[in-house]
Amino acid sequence: MPRATPDIPNASMADIAFLLLVFFLVTTTVANDRGLAIQLPPPPEALPPDMDIKIQERNLFKIQVNSFDNVLVEGNPFFGTPSELRDMIKEFVLNNGADPTSSDNPEKAIVSYKTDRGTSHKKFIEILDAAQAAYYQIYAERADVSVKKWLELSSDLANPENKRLYDIGRGRRPDGTVEIPMNLSIAEPTKAGGK
Amino acid sequence: MSKFKKKANVKQDIPTSSMPDVVFMLLFFFMVTTQMRETNINVKQQLPEATQLKKLARKSLVAYMYIGEPKKTEEWGKEPKIQVNDVFIEPKDVIQWVNQEKAKLQEFERDQMTVSMKVDVDAKRGIIADVETELRKANARLLLYSTLQRRVDN
Repeated sequence: MPRATPDIPNASMADIAFLLLVFFLVTTTVANDRGLAIQLPPPPEALPPDMDIKIQERNLFKIQVNSFDNVLVEGNPFFGTPSELRDMIKEFVLNNGADPTSSDNPEKAIVSYKTDRGTSHKKFIEILDAAQAAYYQIYAERADVSVKKWLELSSDLANPENKRLYDIGRGRRPDGTVEIPMNLSIAEPTKAGGK
Repeated sequence: MSKFKKKANVKQDIPTSSMPDVVFMLLFFFMVTTQMRETNINVKQQLPEATQLKKLARKSLVAYMYIGEPKKTEEWGKEPKIQVNDVFIEPKDVIQWVNQEKAKLQEFERDQMTVSMKVDVDAKRGIIADVETELRKANARLLLYSTLQRRVDN
């Protein structure tokens, strides 16, 4: 008597594999580790107590947002798009003393960003994005790369070529100071709206 | 007319015998890339959109924090809460959490730790500012506001 050959039906194999495939397709989440990077200042206690720096009014670019997400730029209501704000910041940073009401030079220029405790995170990110975009565009133009490339290379400074372009973009001097530092000051929010 | 009536003398069916192999290949790809999430996120997470996104270079140096309105509002209320790992914490507990996270890293990497804040669009600035103050005290000053890529640049 011939032995029964144990064979697995493989017509349905594709179906099973498809089922598994669909399961993994659905459960896969692409890890999203991208966003706006900032560096927080040191804690207030770590600063020397007599550090009361005088900043000239002309070197400050003030952005204020209230708890209704209304924006004031340099004291005037602002209704424009983020890209308009970005261009205003760019102009302010690269003024180099040309306009007497705008900044002396990029090193002294400070973008001051103040929100309220009631400001939504959405608005906060929108304005922060515009401010960062202004600086990244300046850097990218100086290093002669696209903004996208700039963002890539600045997160991988271990590569000497990236480091070289990064230093060109920010204008690093031999003594380590930078010609165009990203002076973005995010102030403690006011307490008008919400707890 | 005969030009059009000519039938190509080529077999037109796709060979199906290799289909399982192809599917298995895809299957293995997704099996390998899938990461099962170890934490359940208990807060609403609709991330804001931005254009100037930076990518984090090393994932092992990242600590995640989620802020938003709790999903179970009847139990936790509607005020945005801070979630780390699997629990809700208060702003004053942030320092302790940072120290726990730092303890997981090698000593020389501890000052490079980045906190990735995944904040819901509707959360208010107040709670985030409280967390930031604590992060400054805890000396975890590298911060990433997790956002999505905005499609059109307006």
